[in-house]
Amino acid sequence: MKFRLYRYSPESGEKPTMQDVELDIEPAGKMLLDALLAIKAQDETLSLRRSCREGVCGSDAVNVNGKNRLACITPLSELKQPIEVRPLPGLPVIRDLIVDMEPFYKQYRSIKPWLINDEPEPEVERLQSPADRALLDGAYECILCACCTTACPSFWWNPDTFVGPAGLLQAYRFIADSRDEATAARLDNLEDPYRLYRCRGIMNCVDACPKGLNPTAAIGRIKSLLVKRRV
Amino acid sequence: MKAATGSHIGTGTWLLQHATAVALALALPGLAIYFLAALPFDFSGWQALFAPLWLRVLMLLTMAALALHAWVGMRDIFMDYVHHTGLRLALYLAVIVTLAGSVAWLAATLWSTA
Repeated sequence: MKFRLYRYSPESGEKPTMQDVELDIEPAGKMLLDALLAIKAQDETLSLRRSCREGVCGSDAVNVNGKNRLACITPLSELKQPIEVRPLPGLPVIRDLIVDMEPFYKQYRSIKPWLINDEPEPEVERLQSPADRALLDGAYECILCACCTTACPSFWWNPDTFVGPAGLLQAYRFIADSRDEATAARLDNLEDPYRLYRCRGIMNCVDACPKGLNPTAAIGRIKSLLVKRRV
Repeated sequence: MKAATGSHIGTGTWLLQHATAVALALALPGLAIYFLAALPFDFSGWQALFAPLWLRVLMLLTMAALALHAWVGMRDIFMDYVHHTGLRLALYLAVIVTLAGSVAWLAATLWSTA
C-alpha cells in the first residue's frame, strides 16, 4: 500500500516534507495504526503517539486524507491510496505526527473540568436520578483526542481565546450535572464573544469526532441557557 | 499563564444576529413579491409603489435589520482574522460608518419625494 507521511525533524533545521512510503501489508482486518507501526519498524525515526490501540485513550489522533481520526480505529481498507497522514492541524508540530497539545489542554483546564460542590459530603455517593444521569449521555464519553477542536477553523484562528468544541462539550457536561453547583459561575466563564461565541455551528467537530459525539448540540444548549438567563 | 475567563458579553449580539436573521427571512421575500407583482415599472408606477407610508417604514426597518445583521457578521470576521487590536477597531468603525450611513441614506431617499 502507498502512504504519504508528514515528516518534520526540528533538529535538522529543514522544513517539513511529505515522505512517500510503500508498505507490503494486507489491509483486510487491519487498522491504520498497524500500518504506521509496521512503517516505524522499518524506519524507527518515524515518531507518533499511541497507547491503547482501541480508540479509548485518544493518543493517536492524526489527519488522514484530510480528516482527523484515530489511527487505531480507522480500517486500512476504507482509505484511498496514497494514504496521506499528517499531524493534527492547528497545533504546533513537535516532530513528525506528534503535536503540542498544550493549547488544547489549556482551554480544557479553563472550563474547570471537575465537579464543584461545596455542600458537606454525604455518607454515601451524591445520588442522581436516572433522568439527571441521562443528561450526561453524549457529553461524558469524550476522550480528549482533540480531533474535533483541531478540525475547527474558529480554533485555528483563535486558539488562545476560543475554548473549542472539546472544551465546550466538557463545560456542558458539568453544567448539565445535577450534582454540580457552579452552573452560574460556569456560564459566566463562558459568556464571551471569543470563548463561546466564536462557534458558528459549522459542525466540523461533529464530522470529526471518532466517538460519534455532538459538540455543536452541547454548544447550542449552553447558548440556550445563556439566552434563558438573559431574556 | 492566567486562566481565561468570560467577559459576560456576547449573548446579546448573538441574539441580535438571530433575531435580525428571522426578520430578514420574513421581510425580504415579502418585499421582493411586492415589487415583482408591480412589474413592469415606469416612473409613475414606481412612484406609486413607494407612496404608502407602511412600505417606507417596512423598508427602513428591513434595512436597519440588515445593517445590524451585517455588523455582527463583519465583527465576527474581523475577530477571526484581524488580530491587531488597533486595526480591528478601525475596521469596526469603518463598517459602522458605512452601515449607519447606508440606513440614513435610504431614509433620506425614501422620504425625499414625500
